[in-house]
Amino acid sequence: MKDTVDEINPRKAWMSVLAKASEGRVAQLLDAAIARPEFAWLRAPEIGSTMVRARAGATGAPFNLGEVTITRCALTLDTGEVGHAYIKGRNKVDAQAAALVDALMQTDKAEVLRAQVIDPLEAEQAAAKAARAAKAAATKVDFFTMVRGED
Amino acid sequence: MQAEILSGGFADPAIQSAHAFRSVMEAMARPGTIHDIAGATPPAPLSPAAGAVLLTLCDTDTPVYLAGACDCDAVRNWLAFHTGAPFAGPAHCMFAIGTWDALAPLSAYRIGTSEYPDRSATLIVERTDLSASGTLLKGPGIKGRAALSLPEVAAFQANATLFPLGLDFLFTSGDRFAALPRTTEVM
Amino acid sequence: MYVAVKGGERAIENAHAWLAEERRGDTDIAELSVAQIREQLSLAVNRVMAEGSLYDPDLAALAIKQARGDLIEAIFLIRAYRTTLPRFGASEPVDTGKMTCDRRISATFKDLPGGQVLGPTFDYTHRLLDFKLAADGEVPQAPTRSGITAEDVPHVSEFLNREGLIEGAPHDDTPPPDLTREPLEMPADRALRLQALTRADEGFTLGLAYSTQRGYARNHAFVGELRIGAVPVEMEIPELGFAIEVGEVTVTECETVNQFKGSKTEPPQFTRGYGLVFGQTERKAISMALVDRALRWEELGEDFVGAPAQDAEFVLYHADNIQATGFLEHIKLPHYVDFQSELELVRKLRREAETGHVQEAAE
Repeated sequence: MKDTVDEINPRKAWMSVLAKASEGRVAQLLDAAIARPEFAWLRAPEIGSTMVRARAGATGAPFNLGEVTITRCALTLDTGEVGHAYIKGRNKVDAQAAALVDALMQTDKAEVLRAQVIDPLEAEQAAAKAARAAKAAATKVDFFTMVRGED
Repeated sequence: MQAEILSGGFADPAIQSAHAFRSVMEAMARPGTIHDIAGATPPAPLSPAAGAVLLTLCDTDTPVYLAGACDCDAVRNWLAFHTGAPFAGPAHCMFAIGTWDALAPLSAYRIGTSEYPDRSATLIVERTDLSASGTLLKGPGIKGRAALSLPEVAAFQANATLFPLGLDFLFTSGDRFAALPRTTEVM
Repeated sequence: MYVAVKGGERAIENAHAWLAEERRGDTDIAELSVAQIREQLSLAVNRVMAEGSLYDPDLAALAIKQARGDLIEAIFLIRAYRTTLPRFGASEPVDTGKMTCDRRISATFKDLPGGQVLGPTFDYTHRLLDFKLAADGEVPQAPTRSGITAEDVPHVSEFLNREGLIEGAPHDDTPPPDLTREPLEMPADRALRLQALTRADEGFTLGLAYSTQRGYARNHAFVGELRIGAVPVEMEIPELGFAIEVGEVTVTECETVNQFKGSKTEPPQFTRGYGLVFGQTERKAISMALVDRALRWEELGEDFVGAPAQDAEFVLYHADNIQATGFLEHIKLPHYVDFQSELELVRKLRREAETGHVQEAAE
């Protein structure tokens, strides 16, 4: 059942991009791209948590670090495609938009949505990451050794 | 994954699971009484009553054992989506679901420890018929005597002697169910 | 003994109303928004998330506002809210090797791949009050440095590991116990201890860690590495059959490298203590690593020297500030009946003592 070749699972990749989008952004891009289709809820948006695990010594046995709030939902389009969303935080509107995009990415709208929703989100996320990394890089210490006395 | 597999949960989870929980609590508190429980339309071979009980009591912390014909993809996918419950064998489950024959032997299930008697399994037994007749019951929650159509007698008599350890049972049939907790004496 | 007594409803309601008014303070001063607390008191927010065991900056900020800045009260609010959430599952263990580091320093190696990145730290500030902050002021943009591509930053312990000079942390997939689901029981394995420590009171953990430095179970800790940054959280979605990233959380990780002379079972080598805490919570993460190391005496074959930080039962049963404050503060609530019986007892003992004295005097 478990997908062993995650790197080539495009759905995993786009769901992750949708989950990391900032508040309201997925809905904004989706609505700018296409008109929202009709859908039915399989699971109305609900707020819960996930236990975040980590490993002792970074690589050893797992332990429970603490929970994180999660909003999830599942819906089905009239054409039968099922969309899921699991996103950090408590935002039912964002979860709905993410699940809609997930469902639509399985339809003939995929190309439009990749170009107008997924790719822009990915670019924004990369830019935000780079901006932060550049600030961190500016605080990197350049050591220089003082000249030692040597005759 | 097909949408049909993902439907059939509670339409209004907060309200319906609260109603269902109340029914399960009533049934456990008054052993032998038969209650209606609705709201779930699980895939075959699960009965609507068993489906509603599973939706109400199971979550990611409660390993479930699917016995016999219940162990099929349709049931697995439905439970995974609606409850997130992991699947386990009889020795590690907190809930088990199946027919009486499929669930046997009872010795395979956890009966709790003296420190934590609650760390025991609850068996959901699917029955074709369920009626308030047959084996006589007495004990806490029963005024005088009650009667319930049990699949057998000896196993429940043996279970009651383990108290405070032991197993608890729910009998489901269609959209009705009854309970037999470990406190009930089976005559 | 507890006896239900009615009364005081009006007093309680009025006390709540006054509390709300006092929380707001002088209405001539602008009200704080939750977003302001989240953005501008972020280290308080981080502490509430870490000890509340729930990563949600907005909720933590709201709790701080509601608690008038009393962080333990805010943690209490978060813990209470957390119990109402259905749990959807557990994440895959986060990979801190994939962290996007804001800060990454090592006290043991000057030159290490990835370098020493200071990040937004108080370390080199002069601890002089900055009166410029008392007036409104624009903050200049922090400088940036381009040309450095973000890459995975390897852990310092990996270098030592290559030489075999430090104990390993071998991969293991035992499902961890969860003290928020089942009561804490002794003996507690390391997974349980780490969970208890990461949500433990910062002050208590700091005090214990400090005691190990001062000689109570001294274990000669160096900060092998301290890193702060965002890590992706992945969880397996049962209905999909694969794991997806649900977002990122910021964590602080501290790995200590501790001197170890060797024991009957282990060769002389460096040993490790581990701290990992939600948010930018550096003091807590370092403290956690020191206490983790002290608690590992048994598995490393060291002697129990009777130090508080070595005593798992003492540490784990007293580290939780919500348990502690609950039990401590309850003694201020009505105990009228208990006290009446105590009063009766003392009076009786007094009478007996007095008549005894009289008898003695008569004899």
